[in-house]
Amino acid sequence: MNEPRRIRTERLRWASRRALLENDLLLQRFWQSQPEVLDDETASVLERLLALEDHDLWELLSGRRETDDPAVNELVALLRQPAVQECEPSTGD
Amino acid sequence: MKPKVTVRKFDAVIVGAGGAGLRAAIQLSESGFKTAVLTKVFPTRSHTVAAQGGVAASLGNSEEDHWHWHMYDTVKGSDWLGDQDAIEFMCRKANEVVIELEHYGMPFDRLDNGRIYQRPFGGHMSNFGEKPVRRSCAAADRTGHAMLHAMYQRNVKANTQFFVEWMALDLIRDQEGEVLGVTALEMETGELYAFHAKATIFATGGAGRIFHSSTNAFINTGDGLGMAARAGIPLEDMEFWQFHPTGVAGAGVLITEGVRGEGGILRNSQGERFMERYAPNAKDLASRDVVSRAMVTEINEGRGCGPNKDYVLLDITHLEPDVIMKRLPGIREIAIQFAGVDPIKAPIPVVPTCHYQMGGIPTNYHGQVVVPGKRTQNEIVPGFYAAGECACASVHGANRLGTNSLLDLLVFGKSAGETAVEELKKSPKAHKDLPADAFDRTLERLNRLNTQKDGANVHETRLAMQRTMQKHAGVFRFAHLLKEGVEKILEVQKAVNQTEIKDKSMVFNTARIEALELDNMIEAAVATMVSAEARKESRGAHVRDDCPDTPEHPNGRDDDNWLKHTLWFKEGNRLEYKSVNLRPLTVDTIPLKKRAY
Ligand SMILES: Cc1cc2nc3c(=O)[nH]c(=O)nc-3n(C[C@H](O)[C@H](O)[C@H](O)COP(=O)(O)OP(=O)(O)OC[C@H]3O[C@@H](n4cnc5c(N)ncnc54)[C@H](O)[C@@H]3O)c2cc1C
Repeated sequence: MNEPRRIRTERLRWASRRALLENDLLLQRFWQSQPEVLDDETASVLERLLALEDHDLWELLSGRRETDDPAVNELVALLRQPAVQECEPSTGD
Repeated sequence: MKPKVTVRKFDAVIVGAGGAGLRAAIQLSESGFKTAVLTKVFPTRSHTVAAQGGVAASLGNSEEDHWHWHMYDTVKGSDWLGDQDAIEFMCRKANEVVIELEHYGMPFDRLDNGRIYQRPFGGHMSNFGEKPVRRSCAAADRTGHAMLHAMYQRNVKANTQFFVEWMALDLIRDQEGEVLGVTALEMETGELYAFHAKATIFATGGAGRIFHSSTNAFINTGDGLGMAARAGIPLEDMEFWQFHPTGVAGAGVLITEGVRGEGGILRNSQGERFMERYAPNAKDLASRDVVSRAMVTEINEGRGCGPNKDYVLLDITHLEPDVIMKRLPGIREIAIQFAGVDPIKAPIPVVPTCHYQMGGIPTNYHGQVVVPGKRTQNEIVPGFYAAGECACASVHGANRLGTNSLLDLLVFGKSAGETAVEELKKSPKAHKDLPADAFDRTLERLNRLNTQKDGANVHETRLAMQRTMQKHAGVFRFAHLLKEGVEKILEVQKAVNQTEIKDKSMVFNTARIEALELDNMIEAAVATMVSAEARKESRGAHVRDDCPDTPEHPNGRDDDNWLKHTLWFKEGNRLEYKSVNLRPLTVDTIPLKKRAY
């Protein structure tokens, strides 16, 4: 197996632990659809997505905003699957 | 051959970089002490980020307010289980810590006159429960996030040393019971370290993931509770968990009360609007606990929906699509993403969902961990402190008021840091020697995990635990279910003690981390179940079917027998109790009363 690629995948798997449950759940769905080891292209797009702060990430994932990075937008579309309307974050305590 | 453990020395080690950990670290680093902060994820990805409602402080910027009124609300909210010395301390300190946070650069919402803007929040009243008051300070809808950023920057300036993606594994305690640091795993290399310190502060957050339906992110596995319990420290008041009535079934994501406000209706498997039976007037708009209890009763009596009959439906299909799109757009997205239904066309599956842990590691209001000893019921564990959701000071008692948790992080994070500073100033220059068995607990656990054959699957075992907790110790509790629940959770515990991982690699081994987290979650789960089974009354968030509202016991609360804190010990799975402190620091006690709003 390609060791650096495996390690990169595992690092990203851990980086998918987020501060907001909404993000955790959509990323979990993503991982369930992926092979054990990510290819370099997918890994590098995911890296860019995961570098976002959690509220910004949820804005993307909930379709309220897009980035100017087409590859990231494509990944977001995959994560969202059922495409929908713009929305507000759930507020609450 | 035993794996190598590299020892690193610090004055203080803090486990956790959420609100509580970061606030404690500022105190220590700015006093010149060499301070390490360990965190499983980057500090600004801690769960504190999820907090949006705000932080409570009686600044009185929009209308008259007073810490004494805040104290009254908190005691009442706690259903009198909160310790009144700690509550007075917290409410009096609120203004100071919020203003400090402002000086750290927190971008609070402001009034035209430049002062911090304050919003009203459930349970916060003026003049001892008279009418709602604006007490919550927020930074748009990113309060927790902004708070972490401001405090992280401050720590960087003060030279706090961060160890990001490091997982603390066990507490190190010597023969005398003194705490001398923690063992930890560096995820990137899989190597083991010991952080040898004169002060150890736990700020590891809550264990909300022990329930099947939880609003908490995956990171909230209660590691601090597990580490403390394994080291012989009891866990306090673990039967008290706050639930939200409407989380998306299976996913846990919150559906705000606003949906029922806009006309959403709860239905059972027969399509019946069941709230008409439980609350003929308020119906679906009845208070949170009434709605939650009705939902659970429907499910328990076989009128739940879905293949397992384990949820009810929140129906907004009768609303005009326009109204849904305009007034509830966020909810539509959440329902589509997490319930797989478009709420314009089909109802949303919902269940009462775990939200906040009131109990935790017992501390006094100085942030010092306290345990029953020979002389008093609150003897200080030398070198050990805890703050935030993992700790029980106890200010939230049987039920937390909204926005009081962020306040708890600031006040007790600071207090734990301050006390540690005072103790460090008095301590000898050299570190106390580590005991010979300092790493044994950790090495045994790792060795067991690495060599386990024919063991239990981590994911399945975690799910079994979560389902057991949800069914047997959920928002509305039944004597027979609790009893069964104790047996079942002890069965699950056996499986946890035999988990097996296929992947034995060292670097970023997520499977190993999840198995180690499960070791911690199960301690919180057993503590919760056993404590809940034993407490034969209803109080705050602990509501038992066999302890209903009667004239003798209003709301089912039994002060004669149960006005006391539970302490659960891992060893022997044993309970003890200690009295509630009804004596505030300077004011008169807030006398016992029925909790009614
Ligand atoms: C959806 C939601 C909304 C909320 N809104 C509000 C609100 O508006 N107002 C309010 O007052 N409260 C609110 N709360 C509650 C509040 O957010 C939490 O109680 C609080 O943020 C907990 O902070 P903490 O510092 O104790 O822990 P956390 O912020 O959870 O941080 C825990 C830290 O410990 C670290 N950690 C854990 N285990 C280990 C380990 N083994 N090794 C190393 N590091 C470890 C983590 O990496 C993390 O850095 C809300 C809760 C939820 C779920």
